[in-house]
Amino acid sequence: MKDQFVVPAKLRTASFVLMGIGVLTLLIGLVALGGEHGATRFWAGILQNSTFFLLVALASTFFIAATTLAHGGWQLAFRRVPEAISMAVPVLGAIVFIVLMIIVFGGKDHIYHWLDAEHVKHDRVLSWKSAFLNKGFFTTATVITIGLWAFFTVKLRNMSLQEDTWDLSPDTGRRILWRNTVWCGGFAVIFALSVGSTTPWLWLMSIDAHWFSTMYSWYTFASTWVSGLSLIALFVIYLKKNGYLTFVNEEHLHDLGKFMFAFSIFWTYLWFSQYMLIWYANMPEETAYFQPRVWGEWRPVFFLNLILNFILPLLLLMKRDTKRNYTAVTYIAILIIFGHWLDFFQMVMPGTVRELHFPWYELGLGLGFVGLTIFLVINQLAKAPLVPKNHPYLKESIVHHT
Amino acid sequence: MAAKKFVVGCFDDEAVLFPAVKKVRAAGYKIHDVYTPFPVHGLDHAMGLRETSLHTAGFIYGITGTTTALSFMSWVFTTDWPMNIGGKPHFSLPAFIPITFELTVLFSAVGMVLTFCYLCQLAPFVKKHVFHPRQTDDKFVMAIEVTGKTGADELKNFLTAAGAHEVHEQTAETGWWLGRFDREDRLFNEQPAPLNA
Repeated sequence: MKDQFVVPAKLRTASFVLMGIGVLTLLIGLVALGGEHGATRFWAGILQNSTFFLLVALASTFFIAATTLAHGGWQLAFRRVPEAISMAVPVLGAIVFIVLMIIVFGGKDHIYHWLDAEHVKHDRVLSWKSAFLNKGFFTTATVITIGLWAFFTVKLRNMSLQEDTWDLSPDTGRRILWRNTVWCGGFAVIFALSVGSTTPWLWLMSIDAHWFSTMYSWYTFASTWVSGLSLIALFVIYLKKNGYLTFVNEEHLHDLGKFMFAFSIFWTYLWFSQYMLIWYANMPEETAYFQPRVWGEWRPVFFLNLILNFILPLLLLMKRDTKRNYTAVTYIAILIIFGHWLDFFQMVMPGTVRELHFPWYELGLGLGFVGLTIFLVINQLAKAPLVPKNHPYLKESIVHHT
Repeated sequence: MAAKKFVVGCFDDEAVLFPAVKKVRAAGYKIHDVYTPFPVHGLDHAMGLRETSLHTAGFIYGITGTTTALSFMSWVFTTDWPMNIGGKPHFSLPAFIPITFELTVLFSAVGMVLTFCYLCQLAPFVKKHVFHPRQTDDKFVMAIEVTGKTGADELKNFLTAAGAHEVHEQTAETGWWLGRFDREDRLFNEQPAPLNA
């Protein structure tokens, strides 16, 4: 049984090439995107990509927490994959933190115009919100959330690795379940209070500081969660195709496919709930967000977003055979991740750069982050056996049948 | 709708049932059905049943619901009885979506339940033959049709050898008929015994 992942040189090179493209794009951007307007796009692109990939990696920690709390045994056969992906959180979190601090303290008030103290003084809406939207609160909340995410992620990973060294007995089995449940419960609370509520408001919604939507955080969560599931599926398929993960078969893939299908619909549900209430009430302070997106030049992106993230996954993943087909799931997973990357693009850009543009710069950075994620994940995968051999639910995963 | 002859085998354990099903199929006997007290994963594959088409039916019911809702609402609000609601256009798609969604779900759910009941021949006041009274309790019951080529005695021995602890022959109606399980106990083609025989 091939249980120990060895990083193939080709994949490592590919990840370096992708990271190289990212860095090169960043350098080209530094030169090509000159002036005040160019600088806005420069930072908006970094903000979009870094937050997106951080939250996608964090979805893996949430996957571990949710399946552990639900006592879901089916995922144990590939449990080390979400663990390895989640270990990208500390690195990506550090990048997001640096980026946000540069934006907030580096005078980049074209991204967040609530940073401009003089402007806020004369702006009734923003001065009302200044208890929430100010540098101090923003920094504190960012430090706390990223810190807690990284802490819990590393803790869950270390517990899992430590359990490999224990002797298998009913007592250790119970201990594994108990302490994982406790720590995952803790993380679920943190996650609900950060990604499920305030973090996307601070990082992304405050770009359109006058506008507000209580759905926004859930919408962001749905977007990154379905991409995170697709990312897990991609790594599982990659390992399976290379002869690892002996216990994983179509049954596990089928369940991952169901998750991708279901949460694509969940994303659409939130997308529509946010849109319809604003459309119905038709109040200027609320419709301001959708005006450039639905009736402005962002209209094609807005509807492409819906096609990529709802209509295609709905129709493609509906059939049982597709969800059990490795090749089909690979392509659909890439489609979903790109679709939600585009979703983040249309969330960030209309409020910062304003006019529609071809995202060569944003795509290049995105490829860089893809390379970084691959690099971090494969190194983590190689660190430990691919099967958590002492987990009491492992048998349930081996005989898993949908 | 005809009464057929069956050999019925009773099993205690699904671990015995699975190899028995495989042996019976390999020997070329025709399994009428297997009755279990709970859903047994993988039994449909072992029995060689084809994949159900219920989900295709569900999809068709669903899109019927979608088109019904969208076309009806569009007709009502643009042609039949246009009303000014909050200054919105007469054909305002976002407002139609929730109802379209509900009708899609309603049509597919109700349609699938009814189709499922029809396929399983389940309905109120409809009765089917029960091969063994404990098949809904703790026994796994396999009914094998006796055709012209099947030797009934030979089949009984075969089932016993495969692990059945109770084997007997029954003549039973394969379809359903009107009746109630709690009121009426006799078989479809059985004549009631004369009271003072």
